Amino acid sequence: MSTLVFLEHHGSGIQKGALGVLSKAAALDPDTAGVLVGSGVAALAAEAGRFGAARVFVADDPALEAPLPQGRVDVVSGLVRDHGFDNVLFAASVLATDVAGGVSARLDAGLNWDLVDLVQEGGDLVGKRAALGDSVYVDVGWSGGPRLGLVRSGSFEPVEHGAAGAVENVSVQLEDFSSKATMVEQAHEEQTGPSIEEADILVAGGRGLGGPEGFGILEELAAALGGAVASTRAVVDSGWYPYATQVGQTGKTVSPKLYIGCGISGAIQHKVGMQTSQVIVSINKDANAPIFDFSDFGVVGDLHAVIPQLTALVKERKA
Amino acid sequence: MRRMDPATMRVQRSGDRSLNAFDLNAVEEALRLKEAAGDGEVILLSMGPAQALDSIRKGLAMGADRAVLVADDAAAGSDLVATSHVLAKAIERESPDLVLFGQQASDSDGAVMWAAVADRLRLPVISQISELEVSGGQVTAKRQTEFGYDKIRADLPAVLSVSDAVNEPRYPSLKGIMGAKKKPQDVVSLADIGVDASRAGEAGSRTTVRALNPPPSRGDNQKIEDDGTAAQKILEFLIERKLV
Repeated sequence: MSTLVFLEHHGSGIQKGALGVLSKAAALDPDTAGVLVGSGVAALAAEAGRFGAARVFVADDPALEAPLPQGRVDVVSGLVRDHGFDNVLFAASVLATDVAGGVSARLDAGLNWDLVDLVQEGGDLVGKRAALGDSVYVDVGWSGGPRLGLVRSGSFEPVEHGAAGAVENVSVQLEDFSSKATMVEQAHEEQTGPSIEEADILVAGGRGLGGPEGFGILEELAAALGGAVASTRAVVDSGWYPYATQVGQTGKTVSPKLYIGCGISGAIQHKVGMQTSQVIVSINKDANAPIFDFSDFGVVGDLHAVIPQLTALVKERKA
Repeated sequence: MRRMDPATMRVQRSGDRSLNAFDLNAVEEALRLKEAAGDGEVILLSMGPAQALDSIRKGLAMGADRAVLVADDAAAGSDLVATSHVLAKAIERESPDLVLFGQQASDSDGAVMWAAVADRLRLPVISQISELEVSGGQVTAKRQTEFGYDKIRADLPAVLSVSDAVNEPRYPSLKGIMGAKKKPQDVVSLADIGVDASRAGEAGSRTTVRALNPPPSRGDNQKIEDDGTAAQKILEFLIERKLV
C-alpha cells in the first residue's frame, strides 16, 4: 500500500490539519508521501518529513503561487498516475476540497468526505464519516482505486517523527484550462492568534452575549486558555463578529479538544459544525437550551458573571 | 432532516418536495446576471427521480426559463464520480456560458461537485463566491476563505459555486407560480444525454457504504445551576480532563 497526502501551506508553514492527516497516514502506512505545491515551497519539505512523510514531492513553480485548485489537480493526478498511489488524503479546507473534487473526476476515483477517522480493516481502508447533520456515522469504503479521502479539520493531531523524508522534485505540466482562473487580489488578514480550525481550544459566543462588546470577556478567556474565539451564524449576521470565526453549516466545521459555548442555544445549524469537539462545556441562561443535550459539562447561569470568574481562575492556576 | 434507508443505505429522497435552500442562491444569481445583461436564458438542471420536477418548479416560478431533469432508474445511488459524469454530459448538451452551483448539497453536505464537473468539462472553476460580476467574456468573483478574501477572475465559460452570502433569493410572485407549469420541463434519460449506464448509479460509483452507526455517545454529562461557584466547578472539570 502507498499513500499520498496533499500538504496545503499558508505563509511559511504547512497547515496543521494537513500535518495531522500526514501523521495519521504515516501511522497506517509507512509508505506515505506528501506533496507540496506552490512557489518557493521547497523549504517546507523538511517539515513534511518530520511529521511522517517518507517521501516529499515538491512541485515548485511560479504558475502555482496563487492558492487556486486546478493546477494542483494536475500535479496530484500526475503523481498518482506516475507512482500508482493507493490512497490520496486531504485535510478539508476551501482549497483542498476543490482539489479533491477535481482529482476525483480526473482519475474517476472515489472520494469520501467529512471523514473523522480512518481505520484498516482486513487490509482495506475504511473511513468513518459523520453524515446528515452528524445524526449518523457511516462506515464508508472505496471500490477500485485510488481511494480519495477528505478529512474533517481537527480530526487528527500532528505527531513529530523526527525523520527526514526523501525529497523529489516534480516537473509541472498544467492543462490548458488550469490557468484560465487567476488570482487578482488577496486580502488575507494577519492572524493574531490561531485560526478557529487550528486552535485546540475554542471559546464560542452566541446571541446570549447581548452585543458585540460581549466578545471582550470571551477574548480574555481564550487568551488565558491559549485558544481562539469562535461565533455563530446569528452573531455574524448581526455584524457582532467576523465571518471567519463562524462555526456551523454555513461556516466552518471544527473539532477542537475543548469547546466552550457561551450564550449559544445549540441550533442544529451550529451543532453540525462543532459536535465532534472532544469536550464541550456550555453556559446558557436557558436551562432548556438544546446545547445542554450534547455538552459534557453544562452551566445554567449568567455568562457575564461566570466567564470573568473563570478567566481569573485560569490565570491564577497558570501563574 | 433526511434519513438514510437502513436497507439500501442510501439517502431517502422520496417525499422530498423542496428545492435545496442553497440552490436558491444559485438560481437567484443566475436571474440577476440575466437581468443585468438584458438577455440570456436561465436553465435549471438536476438529476433525480421524476418527482424532483415538483421542487425544480420553484426555480421556474422565480423566473428561470426552462428545466432539464435527468431521471433514470439506472442513475440511482450515484456517487460523486458517477454524478459528475452525468451532470457534465447534460451540461455539454446545453453548452452554457456559466454553470452555477449552490454552496453545498443539503443531503450529503458535500462541497465537491463543482470542482469535479469543471474538471470533466475542462473549464475554470471558482468556489464559495460571495460577490460576482460578469463582463467582457470574463467573470470576476470575490470569495471568503479561511484566511480572508480572494478576488479571482476567469474566462467564460466557467463553473462557479456561490455561497448563501451572495444574495437574498426572491420569493416567486403569484404570476410566476402560475406560469411555471407552462415553462418547458425536459425529462431526459441517461441514453438521451449519451451516458452509458455503466458509468452511472452504483455501477458507475467508486465509493461504498459499509455500515450505518449511531453517533458516538458523549457519555455522562453534568449540568449544574450557577450558585456562584460555577466557574470553580468548570475549572475543576477542565483540570480533571487535563485541559488546563
